[in-house]
Formats: sequence, structure tokens, C-alpha cells
Amino acid sequence: MLYINCPHCGMRSQNEFSYGGDASVKRPELNKEVSDQEWDDFVYNRKSLRGKHLELWQHISGCRQWIKVERDTATHEIFRTFKADEEVA
Amino acid sequence: MTQAFRIENGGLINREKKLSFKFNGKTYFGYEGDTLASALLANGVHLVGRSFKYHRPRGFFGAGVDEPYAVVQLYRNGETEPNIKATEQELFEGLEAKSVNCWPSVNFDIGAINNFLRIFLPAGFYYKTFMWPKSFWYRIYEPFIRKAAGLGVASTKHDNERYEHKYEYCDLLIAGSGPSGLAGAYAAAKNGAKVILAEDKPRFGGSLLTSDVNIGNQSGKDWADGIVAELKTMPNVVVKNRSQIFGYYDHNMLVMSEKVSDHLPSTKKYHPNKRLWYIRAKEVLISSGSIERPIVFGNNDTPGVMLSSAAKEYLKVYGVLVGRKPLVFTNNDSGYETAIEFKKHGVDPVVLDSRKNPVSEIIDEAKNLGINIKNSYVVVAAQGYKKVKSADIASISEDKKQLGKIENVQCDCICVSGFWTPTIHLASQSGNKTKFKEEIDAFVPGQSKQNEITLGAANGVFSLEETLKTSFTAGSELSKKITENDNKIAIPNVVEKKSSQHDKFWCVPLPKGKNYKRFLDFQNDVAVSDIEIALREGYRSIEHVKRYTTLGMATDQGKTSNLNGLQLVSEIENKVVPAVGHTTFRPPYTPVSIGAIVGREVGKHSKPTRKSPMHSWHEKNNAVFVDAGVWLRPRYYRRGNENLFEGSKREAKNVRTNVGVCDVTTLGKIDIKGPDAAELLNRVYTNSWLKLPVGKARYGVMLREDGIVMDDGTTTRISENHYHMTTTTAQAANVLSHLEYYLQLVWPELNVNVVSTTEQWAGAAIAGPKSRDLLQKLFPNSDVSNGGLPFMGYMEGDLFGVKARIYRISFSGELAYEVNVESDYGNFMWEKIIEVGEEFNIQPYGTEALSTLRIEMGHVAGSELDGRTIPFDNALEGLVSKKKDFIGKRSLQRSAFIAEDRQRIVGVVPLDKQTSIPEGSHLVKDDKAPLPNPKLGHISASCWSVEYDNPFSLAILKDGKNMIGQKLFAMSPLKNKVIPVEIVSSHYVDPKGERVRS
Ligand SMILES: [Zn+2]
Repeated sequence: MLYINCPHCGMRSQNEFSYGGDASVKRPELNKEVSDQEWDDFVYNRKSLRGKHLELWQHISGCRQWIKVERDTATHEIFRTFKADEEVA
Repeated sequence: MTQAFRIENGGLINREKKLSFKFNGKTYFGYEGDTLASALLANGVHLVGRSFKYHRPRGFFGAGVDEPYAVVQLYRNGETEPNIKATEQELFEGLEAKSVNCWPSVNFDIGAINNFLRIFLPAGFYYKTFMWPKSFWYRIYEPFIRKAAGLGVASTKHDNERYEHKYEYCDLLIAGSGPSGLAGAYAAAKNGAKVILAEDKPRFGGSLLTSDVNIGNQSGKDWADGIVAELKTMPNVVVKNRSQIFGYYDHNMLVMSEKVSDHLPSTKKYHPNKRLWYIRAKEVLISSGSIERPIVFGNNDTPGVMLSSAAKEYLKVYGVLVGRKPLVFTNNDSGYETAIEFKKHGVDPVVLDSRKNPVSEIIDEAKNLGINIKNSYVVVAAQGYKKVKSADIASISEDKKQLGKIENVQCDCICVSGFWTPTIHLASQSGNKTKFKEEIDAFVPGQSKQNEITLGAANGVFSLEETLKTSFTAGSELSKKITENDNKIAIPNVVEKKSSQHDKFWCVPLPKGKNYKRFLDFQNDVAVSDIEIALREGYRSIEHVKRYTTLGMATDQGKTSNLNGLQLVSEIENKVVPAVGHTTFRPPYTPVSIGAIVGREVGKHSKPTRKSPMHSWHEKNNAVFVDAGVWLRPRYYRRGNENLFEGSKREAKNVRTNVGVCDVTTLGKIDIKGPDAAELLNRVYTNSWLKLPVGKARYGVMLREDGIVMDDGTTTRISENHYHMTTTTAQAANVLSHLEYYLQLVWPELNVNVVSTTEQWAGAAIAGPKSRDLLQKLFPNSDVSNGGLPFMGYMEGDLFGVKARIYRISFSGELAYEVNVESDYGNFMWEKIIEVGEEFNIQPYGTEALSTLRIEMGHVAGSELDGRTIPFDNALEGLVSKKKDFIGKRSLQRSAFIAEDRQRIVGVVPLDKQTSIPEGSHLVKDDKAPLPNPKLGHISASCWSVEYDNPFSLAILKDGKNMIGQKLFAMSPLKNKVIPVEIVSSHYVDPKGERVRS
């Protein structure tokens, strides 16, 4: 079970969180013309990375905040966590 | 009955307390502090089971967790448990156990025929069998294997035992209470660290219980007792025996199974049987010790052949002689320790040492005691069927290839020692890449991956002095990092005998003309010849060899077999062992009861039960409940002998003719506040929300980004910046997360707050032509006329002094309202509605009537919004705005979604107007078409229309728009039904929606 550092609550066990997928995906702006390819990339196409991955988790049984977690998909090592509005450098 | 093999004195058992127990129906006696194994051995019982494949007689091989044979079925307090190791099960008064793998009995076993037919059961037998004709498999092989194999029988009864889960955090978790664990724990505890010390056995001390050493002028055992006693007095230390750490998971989470009650005749009141600990440790010290490994020789599975360390443990801990004419077969000094113990108790052992001329203190001691030692000697084969009677022994050449003349010597047990294998399972599970240590012919942990350190014998260090030194140091260094205390501890003086180098020898060659079975894996019956077959058949990877032969795949996970298997593969393949590599260790280290894993989440507690505030009223009024997610909802209210069909029909009919009331508390409710609330709704829902006036409700559909309908419901504008959203019962949690996702991540600029209020409001839907009359009586001071409260209108009212929210919305298609009050007043509201409604012939209605009403109206619900449909499919495209953008809109342009013959909701009526169509039936054009019959659609929901008094269903049908009037077949192979049907409009009743507006 992972041990995730919620930037709002501190270290919490994985079973308080739900997984939310790739955090690097950006939703196209509303009312903007987007090509089929762009839209498909946003909705469906994901890389199945081995290694460092920036992903979303929601602290559903805690503060209910969506957070970003930088995790290694192979080793499960968690490097950093960020608030929803924090820019990831 | 006498315990013929129990010595007069000695051992750690309590001779004051005699216990009686039964094994295979026969009564025996043992003492408190015995295991089932030691008590049986004290009674001279060596035959305890049959092996898995060949059903050869099996006895005891070890004295603890490594035991591959002595697996029994246990009976305790009216319950039964399979797969119990007799070497771990503590004796209690009245214990009953039976052998497994035996049919009809341990002494006469039909499966033993396999032993003579074993030429037909070589490696890969099961894999090859699976490929034979299927009919053969389930008629012949499976019943045979099921009857003959297995490690016992799981109980089919409800388990009355209680199992608990516990979450714990600590600075230092220590796995194993041998010298290393005790030293580490003590040093860390003295630095004030929060320590958990776990020992899987009932007694603390590990090897110190049986070794002849001296620590700080005390015996090893006395030193251990002193340390444990002191640790137990410290508030920062948790000391647990009977507790096995069986899994090392991510981020230093370890799981431990504590056997709280297994050693007692019955579980004490309010105590659990087992407790599963989830422990998050800052640092982990693995001091799991080592397991002696066997030397492979002919018939080495005969009862009476056992590990030399086990023989020593039976003698020193339990006061039991495993034989009176022991033969000790060793390639290192450990065998001598066992021989010395025998000698001290008046038994004359013979030692066969594969080494030519070993010299050490221990050997000197054995010689001084006059023990008969034969160097460069090996056991070629054990003789005897159900018990060792003699051994064929021979001298062996220095290259270990040539045997001398074979002699037969009488003996009643063979104690074998092939040196020691560090227990690296936990380290390996943590992700540690283990490395091969040449000096000990075994793997040890390599670079730490998590915060773990392995010390002592588990790390391949067999000197007590070094173990204590490194463990005291590690305990204080690790704790110092955490607590910043640095209390120095004097490391005690150690007196131990020095050992000489072991012999890198693990398998005795077969003598000419003999074809003895030489077993590697005793529990799964994997012999040297099986590995040879696997390699001959082309298997190379050790992982493949393992699966093909089942080497190390039994419940003991190859604790005694792994390394010898690797040695064999490396020898045949001419590779070094590290190049062969070992198979991956996975949790659990030892079998764990399913009950312990499940914990208290059983039966009704497997998930929480949610009840509405009106639940007790429903109960009192004969409601028959149904699970709706985690909610319990009335399905119908039974009157007299009514069944579901009759009751729900009556309730639905009453809604259509008079008025009914339905508990709708379970609907998800989300409170939405903020100046940008309307903008959020406008982006979330497919229709337009910017112009919804205060005091008005609107129906909305929300999509996922892929265009699929996620949920539907009504949202009401309570005031300028305040909205009340409802969701379906099932999707409530998902919708809230969905809104939070967009507000926090995608559009953080929107100034809106959302919060679940599902539990804050109790809801009652009042539906039927007389609902307005009833409402007026409930709210005499409010104008609820069609003008005062029009369709989709909202107002607040006073319900006999209780503030209420009144929404004019309808799911049933009738004139209907929904009244919400704060949950605490839910029951009050409900009783008032029933009381005042009496004059209008009100009846409560359940979810079955609710379904009937919505289905015949063609209103969609979860069975249509099933995660596969878009708005068009549900005839909801009118709610999809062309002007504005919203979540998922772009996906609606996908070619499949705009296809001419896109699926769409329709109504379905059986031609005979009699036969109900099972939900899930497929709609096909031709019921006689060859399979697979092309499917045109499926029945999503069925009811008995109370309006027309005939069956009616909804279906999602390909090209549904152009199919009205067509005749098709509804086929349900599951129910074996083929029903000719006609496709009609999904709006079966009141297609213009006049009633809701009346
Ligand atoms: Zn949080």
C-alpha cells in the first residue's frame, strides 16, 4: 500500500485516495476548435510509462482535494506531490 | 498411555499440565507447551500424512515454519481448518487433528498406487493432462485428483470466529526475536524509539533456545528471557509472539498475522481468533534467521528422516527424542551439535560427515564424548516404508562422484544437515535484489531498496558474536536517526564454539543399478528426476522449471527445497547458481487464513448499510427491502400474502389513480454555491443553465469527456448563487468527484463550492392525480396551485412547523412533487404525509412500483444510462445544446455517434401481451438464424404496465428510430425464452407529458 504525502493533510495511506490518471493531460479550452487528433489525444491516448509519471490522485476520504503525485510506475517510489494549482517544474 | 519418547527431564514444556488430544481418531497425551508435532513424536508417531502426488508416507521433517510434510486438518471447538502445520500448532486440551492427502486412511492409501505408477506422473503431468480431451478431464481426472489430492478441506459452514484488523505505526519493526532481533530491539528501545518486535513462535529467542552459547555469563536462553522481560516493561515497545510478518509491501508497509487464540481450546469471549496488523514502519530490521537445508539422497522422504536442527529442537525445547538409534548425516558442524545433545541424553548417535578431515571445537567435543564419527561417509538411501528402519551408507570419494561399498546400518531416524539457508523472503519482497554468497552457497540480501536492513543468520552471518555486535549497532544507529537519542549500550561478552568450513556437497549420487527417488521438494513430490525431465524437455529459466515441475510451489514455498533445486539446475546446465538465479519470493511467507485477510468485513459488514431516516417506519409497515448500492430501500410494502408482482402492481396502480409516496432520500444531493455556479452547471450539463430563474428546477444530463452519459437529475436554483443538484443514487459519489475535478484542476478560476448534502435531506416523492390536493393540506399556507407552483417550480414551505423544500418534479410521469426536510425531521414528514394522505387513499410505494412507473413513461434510468449510451440513444438529444460548449460535446461528433442507424431507445411489447420479457434479452430479426445470431439490441428494463395491463419493456435498439412497428424476437438463452415482440414508442403512457403539467 502506497504512502502518499497529501500536500494538505500530510502522509496518508493509499486507501484514502482514488487514482485519477495522467496529470500531464491538459483539457482543450472550451469553445475552441480542436482537430479529431487533438481530441483523441486528450480523451483516449495515454502513454503507459515505465518510470517517472506525474499522476492525479484525489484524497477522497480526506480533504477531497485533487493532487498531483510524481511516482515511478515500476518501483512505486514517490518523489514529490503537488497541490492541484501548483506548477510542476 | 505413556509418552515413550519423552525424556525424564528437560525441555521448556510444562510437565505439570498434561493435555489429551486426538490424532486420526486415537487419543494421546502431551504437555502444555508442546506442538502437535512434538506431542506426536513423544508418542512415537512418525507417520502423519501422505505426499501430494505419489502419496508416499510422510512424517515430520522440521520443527517449525519450514515443515513441508506434516500438514493436518485441525478440529477445534466445532470448527475445522485445513492446511495447518503440526509443527506450528500448539497443543491444547481436546485438540483433534487428521491427516490430509490420505484416502481412505493414512495407513492404507489408495493414492499410493501413484507411487508404483509414478512413471506416468512425471514432471509436467498436470500440464500435459490439461491438454488431453476435455471430456476426460472433468469425468476422470478431476474427480480423481480432487479426491486424492489437496491439503485438507475448507469448512463450508459460516465461520463463527472473529478476525480483526489493526493499523499501527512504528519507528522500528523487527521481524524475528533471535539474537539479532533482540539486540536490535533492545538498542532501539533504549534510544526511545517506538519498536514492534514480532516473533512467529510462541517462545522468544530463536536459535538461543537450542544453541549451546553463553552471553554475558548467562546461557543464551536466560539472556533472551532477560531482554524480553525488560522490553515488555517499556512503554515504547510492543512485543508480540505468535505473530508472523508475512508480507513486505510498498513504502515500508508490512503485514503481520497474530494468532491470538489458535493455541487455546476455544477463543475467549470478545477476543479475535487472529489479528491482522498493517504496520507502517520507518525502519525495518529483518532478523528472520536461517533454515537448515537437507542433503538429497535416496528415499530421503521416508518418515524418520528429518533436519538435524529439528531433532535438536525437539530434544531441547520439548524433551522429545525423535529416535533412539539416530544417524546424523552432515556436511558441516551443525550435525555435531545435534549428536552431542543425543549423547548427553544417553543415546548413541552415529555421525556421517561428508568431509574428509574436519577440525573444530565442536567436533573435538563430540570426539571427547566418544561419539562414533565416520568421515567421508554418506547416506545413500533410507530403508523402511512407513518409518526408517535402516540406512544404506557408503564412503564417498573426494570428488563426490564415487561411492564405496554399500553397508546397511540399523537406525530409527536420520538427522540431516546440509548447512544453512538465510531466510531472505521479506528482504526479497521489499524489492531487494539478493546476491549469491559463495562461502555459504546461498543467497543473501543485497542493496537495500526500502528502509530495511537484514542482520544475523538471515544475512548469512552465523557467528553469534558478530550478529550481536552488528545488531546492537544497527538498532542504535537506526533509532538515533529518528529519536536523536544516543544511549550507549555495552555489548555483552559472547562465548561460542568456532565452526569449520562446511562441505559444498548437497546431493548423494545414485549407486549403480539403483533408481531411488531423491526428493528436492517434499511437499510437492518433486524429485531430482523431475528436474532432469524438465531440462531435457527444454525448460531453461528457473521460473519455468519451477512452474513445470511445481518445485517450491507448495504451501511451504520451497523453504527447504529451493537451493537444492538451484544447485541441481546449475549442475546439469553447467552454470553457476547466481546465473541460474532464484525464483521471486512473494507474500505471504506462510499461509494466512482467509478469515484474517477479510477481517470483520463479513456478511452484513462486508459493506456499510445506509438507511434513510424513515427506515424504521418502512420496517414497521412490512416493507420488503432491496439493496440499492449500499442503501436499503423498500422494494414494496407487502399486504397479506402478496408477492412482489402483486404488491408492486397495486402500488403503481394507486399512483396512477390516487396518490402514492416514495422514499427518495437515497438520491444524491449536492449543494452548489458561488457567483460562478450557473457557469459551472452550464459547462457540466448538456443543456443551457445561464437563464434558469430563481425558484425553478431543470432536468439535466451530464456527459463524460468521451460523450457517454454519466448521470442525469434535476438541479434547482434556490437563490441567486445557490443551487441544489440531485444525482442518481448510484452515481452520487462519482458526480461529486467529477465536479471537484473540474473546479480544482481544469477551471480553478470558477468561484464555486460544492458539497454533498445527501445525508442532510430526507426526501419524499408524492405522486399521482391527487397529489396536489394532498400537498395543499400539508402546506395550507402555501399556494401550490398550478399557477402558484407550476411544473418544475420550487418553493419553501412550512410543514407543521418544520421548514420544507417543495420541488414540483416527476419521475413517475404523474403530477408529482418532492418534499425535502432536514433528515432529523424525515420520519415526522413521512408520518404526516401518510396521516394527511389517508383521505386521498395514499399508499407508500417501493422501488419496484417506481420502476414500473418510469418504464412505461419511457423515462431513462441506470439500466439505460449504463456507461455505453450517448444522449441520442436515450432520446435526450433535445437537451443537447448546439450553441454552447460543455464536457464531452466534442466527442458527440464521432462518426459512430452520428451514424444514421445509431442505436436508440424504443418500447417493446410481446405480441401475445402476456409473456414478460426477461431483462437482458437480445432482440433479433430471425429466431432461427444460425449462431451467433446478429444482435440488434437488448432489453434494458421490463415491467408490467399498470396503464394497459400487459408487459412492457424498454430496449436499446440499433436504428431504433426507424424500427417502430417492426416485429422482432426477444431471445433469452439464459431463461430459455424466445418471445415474438413488436417495437413501439418508448413513451408508452402519456406520450405528450400532459399529466406532469396538469
Ligand atoms: Zn488531503
